[in-house]
Amino acid sequence: MSARMNPITTLFKRELASYFATPVAYVFIVIFLLLAGAFTFYLGNFYERGQADLMPFFNFHPWLYLFLVPAVGMRLWSEERKSGTIEMLLTLPVTMWQAVVGKFLAAWAFIGIALLLTFPIWITVNYLGSPDNGVIFASYLGSFLMAGAFLAVASCISACTRSQVIAFILTVVVCFLFLLAGFPLVLNFFSAWAPQGLVDAVSGLSFLGHFAAISKGVIDVRDMIYFLLTIAFWLYASAVVIDLKKAD
Amino acid sequence: MIETQQLTKRYGDLTAVDAISFTLEPGRVLGFLGPNGAGKSTTMKMLAGFLAPTSGSAKVGGHDVVEDAIAAKRVVGYLPEGAPSYGEMTPRQFLGFVADVRGLTGAHRRQRLDDVIERLHLNGVMEQPIETLSKGFKRRVGLAQAIVHDPQVLILDEPTDGLDPNQKHEVRALINSMARDKTIIVSTHILEEVHAVCGRAIIIAKGRILADATPGELEARSRYHQAVSLTTPNVAAAKEALSRVPDVAAVEIDPQDHRITAFPKTGKQIFAPISELLKAQGIQVSELQLESGRMDEVFRTITQGEGTEAVA
Repeated sequence: MSARMNPITTLFKRELASYFATPVAYVFIVIFLLLAGAFTFYLGNFYERGQADLMPFFNFHPWLYLFLVPAVGMRLWSEERKSGTIEMLLTLPVTMWQAVVGKFLAAWAFIGIALLLTFPIWITVNYLGSPDNGVIFASYLGSFLMAGAFLAVASCISACTRSQVIAFILTVVVCFLFLLAGFPLVLNFFSAWAPQGLVDAVSGLSFLGHFAAISKGVIDVRDMIYFLLTIAFWLYASAVVIDLKKAD
Repeated sequence: MIETQQLTKRYGDLTAVDAISFTLEPGRVLGFLGPNGAGKSTTMKMLAGFLAPTSGSAKVGGHDVVEDAIAAKRVVGYLPEGAPSYGEMTPRQFLGFVADVRGLTGAHRRQRLDDVIERLHLNGVMEQPIETLSKGFKRRVGLAQAIVHDPQVLILDEPTDGLDPNQKHEVRALINSMARDKTIIVSTHILEEVHAVCGRAIIIAKGRILADATPGELEARSRYHQAVSLTTPNVAAAKEALSRVPDVAAVEIDPQDHRITAFPKTGKQIFAPISELLKAQGIQVSELQLESGRMDEVFRTITQGEGTEAVA
């Protein structure tokens, strides 16, 4: 501990350690792994399909994230606001974006750890056959990016309220709309009145669409940029909201 | 050093802090007094860089809190109201984290941590999660966090709130020990604290400065300043005698303990004449005291009519 660390690194380490200081981290990881396994084998018919790939595994990630990522992200800022530590944190010599990014990266890394712990399924599929590991790598990458986008939404909404429960529910709703942005459920709402250009734009925001593209093994820079921009946008919004709401 | 100019914070129609200007040099602890909701905390939050002023400016250690926010935050140690900290961390982890964010490294970091742990007597609790500690320890962890980088400027929002008398005494001693070379602001609504730690007191209510003086000067504004109080078994005779002293303006008897207080006419000294008279008349007194003034009464008088609640 002698070299001077960047504030983001310091915040990142503190945050990540705080996940593992309570049972929350372990509960989350266990549930994530159990559900991922259950979906893959029971709903996804992993064995019955007779194909050496991880499609049944990755196909359920969006739905898994829909509930699990908001559960990780809900505490990001609402807990700081409720306990008053936000006042301590933001009067340390860190900038707002360092705080937002440091906390976000820690939560993202935590989800990344959970995702990495699904490696036995990758070993399994390689043992059973010879899958295209390039596609699997791309799918992991896409899954991780999508988790980041969900988490950035959670960060912003968590900054809006002191209540973690409200943060959780609102995040699930917003993420659900983003997931399904390319589907009739959401599009019909717009197509009734909005010009076609807007409807197309909304449809282009779909998390599912971009995730599906990446997980086919086609790492298109545009899909990656889409997720990174989504993350950047919601983190920027987080910083704005924190600034506006910190007084109350 | 702290300098504010027309510092103002508005929330919609509500003006929480209204054009406050003051300058504070190192070496004198400033007590910030005022009823609840007077704007004490809001002012401190602006000085610490948590809230941006609506208008006006503030400088700490020569750095503007808005223009040069990070440099300003580096020289400030801040204890927010309620001393919030991360409950799941131990004091060792928490203070280490603050030291890291503050950029302390190597031997200096170790030495500063040892110093604050020692000063705040945290040795026995360093490995327990902060949320399991008593209120007194939580407050001390908060204070340790504020002084770990040996800041030039200390802003302490109700540092002794909720502590027992011994802990209060310790915290005041700590503040006094740091007062010589630091610029320190302490907010409180415990009036006795003003005497114990502050060389200067600012009373604010409704966001405005109503008084800015030394505690002694404030007490001199009291009706009780230079008044003489005594306790005697012979209440009636004593009251009768006191009324005949030429410079006594009024005599009051406390309905509860029958303590008699004689108030002087403006600028007159009545202690000597009274004590001579009592001796001459042979009135027994069990206690005779020259009052320096009552801070609570001055506080009420100054903040009265500002629509505020009584403060203990």
